[in-house]
Amino acid sequence: MSKDPRSPDYDPKDDPKVATASDAPGEIPNELPPETQTITFHQRFERNATLLLIGSFAVVSVGGIVEIAPLFWLENTIEKVEGMRPYSPLELTGRDIYVREGCYLCHSQMIRPMRDEVERYGHYSLAAESMYDHPHQWGSKRTGPDLARIGGRYSDEWHVDHLMDPQSVVPESVMPKYAFLSDTLIDGEHVGDLVATHRMVGVPYTDDMVNAARADFRVQTDPFGDIDGLLERYPGAQVRNFDGRPGTSEMDALIAYLQMLGTLVDFSTFTPDPDR
Amino acid sequence: MSDDKHSHEKRIDEETGTETTGHSWDGIEELNTPLPRWWLWTFYGTIVWGVIYTILYPAWPLVSGTTRGVLDWTTRGEVAAKIETVRLSNAELTESLVNIDLGVLDRNEDLHRFAVSAGASVFANNCSQCHGAGAAGVQAAGYPNLLDDDWLWGGQITDIAMTVRHGIRNEDDPDARYSEMPAFGEILEDAEIATLVTYVRSLSGLEEETAEGAELYLDNCSACHGEEGLGDRELGAPNLTDAIWLYGGTPEAVRYTIENARFGVMPPWGERLGEAQVRAVAAYVHGLGGGEAEPQVEEEPTADEMEEAADVPDASFPADAEETPTEAGEAPVEPVVPE
Repeated sequence: MSKDPRSPDYDPKDDPKVATASDAPGEIPNELPPETQTITFHQRFERNATLLLIGSFAVVSVGGIVEIAPLFWLENTIEKVEGMRPYSPLELTGRDIYVREGCYLCHSQMIRPMRDEVERYGHYSLAAESMYDHPHQWGSKRTGPDLARIGGRYSDEWHVDHLMDPQSVVPESVMPKYAFLSDTLIDGEHVGDLVATHRMVGVPYTDDMVNAARADFRVQTDPFGDIDGLLERYPGAQVRNFDGRPGTSEMDALIAYLQMLGTLVDFSTFTPDPDR
Repeated sequence: MSDDKHSHEKRIDEETGTETTGHSWDGIEELNTPLPRWWLWTFYGTIVWGVIYTILYPAWPLVSGTTRGVLDWTTRGEVAAKIETVRLSNAELTESLVNIDLGVLDRNEDLHRFAVSAGASVFANNCSQCHGAGAAGVQAAGYPNLLDDDWLWGGQITDIAMTVRHGIRNEDDPDARYSEMPAFGEILEDAEIATLVTYVRSLSGLEEETAEGAELYLDNCSACHGEEGLGDRELGAPNLTDAIWLYGGTPEAVRYTIENARFGVMPPWGERLGEAQVRAVAAYVHGLGGGEAEPQVEEEPTADEMEEAADVPDASFPADAEETPTEAGEAPVEPVVPE
């Protein structure tokens, strides 16, 4: 008799590796678990498809319906803070360039509530700080640093130098060059539509803001212009020729956006609600 | 079960030694191999832990908020507590650093070392983007080298702290250091500017000096840069006689500077960093190589000052704090004579 299972003469009774009931009368030779109550209970789920479906549904509901859905209506999800305002038309245009160039692929805008992040980047991000972002730019990858509080950290000249050729100021950087931004002059032809679109998705732009969008767009890079209306509509908006060159370029818009990031909420007056 | 009529007695399968389920379909029986017990216990264990977790921690949404959990844990509370722990562990050193007269900081070895190592981190995080990771600045691009002894706004530690605290020519801080060079392209003729370029370069020996150039310089530039071109640190006017050029020393670069002027901006860091970190980074930059001693160091320090300088706990530092008073009594460092 052969002990090779592939052989036609093979008889498992002769194979010493195969245990059979006759080897140990009265015992279960291959360590079959005795029927316990847990196993018998669990078998109901395995043998009854409807019960398994109901059980699975209950589990998924906790994760989905119960944990996520209420965030959309619970009022305390976004706490009220002083200073947040819709983006000015130039900042909004800069934000579009930020999205278009895929900055979010390497830069997050989300300072997590952890000591190391707070010490490096500043106060942790609040939900309210991205409530006018459609879509938000939290990002998920930090090849470069977080930009949630980049505003005011560096001079406009540095931003220009850095966007033109990042390695000229930070030799160890792997960021690509964005020099072409200063070659593209923009006149805000459609900025009114852009503002109106953001109003459609819930940003509280007023009629006045939509109508004045193009004028506000132009005046924000003109330090000698009439900026009263702009500052009334967008308190704290920074007005200057951001890239130091004549005309409004994509570079101006992007730097205006970057220099605003994280500066709107005055954290000296902000008391965090500890119940979060 | 509809297969009752097919049910047989459960039995041990001879071939495998495994119990059958007792079902039989056309003579085909099914072995009963249930999930291992360890798997089942893990599975039900996670369910039990899930319930316990939602009792301990904030979890279930209610009408106007969520359940708080019996541990009363919050993300914000945790990060605040961690920050507070670290703050407290350095509290005495930090407080001493904020209160000490910066001019005598280096007499307290422990505090000075604390400041310099803290300053190195602050510098790497906040300053290196413009001044470079090694603090050598960006040559000819307007980001000053902090390693040399050529200072625009002063190289004493208090000057450096002031510059860091308020920044330079920014719009955010009313106390920012400020000066504005006129754009001479609108004031002087092209030929005059060419003469001036030659003269400015001659100050550091790059070209031959001319009498016309000297006159133009005296009329237009000397008010800020000094008659001899040594600059003025009150105004941030660079020294023109050395070989260090903030925006480049080529004829083209000098011409551009004279015609359009330069307006280097540094943001204010006082609010962002806080006084302790400002002083720490000032101590770090001061110690990079070009730092100048405070003139008042020449005066004999008062007993109070010595005590203040010495009255700092050794905290986490292994060095013996007893050394400090002796050092405080040592002869003061000779101040570096400005060039």
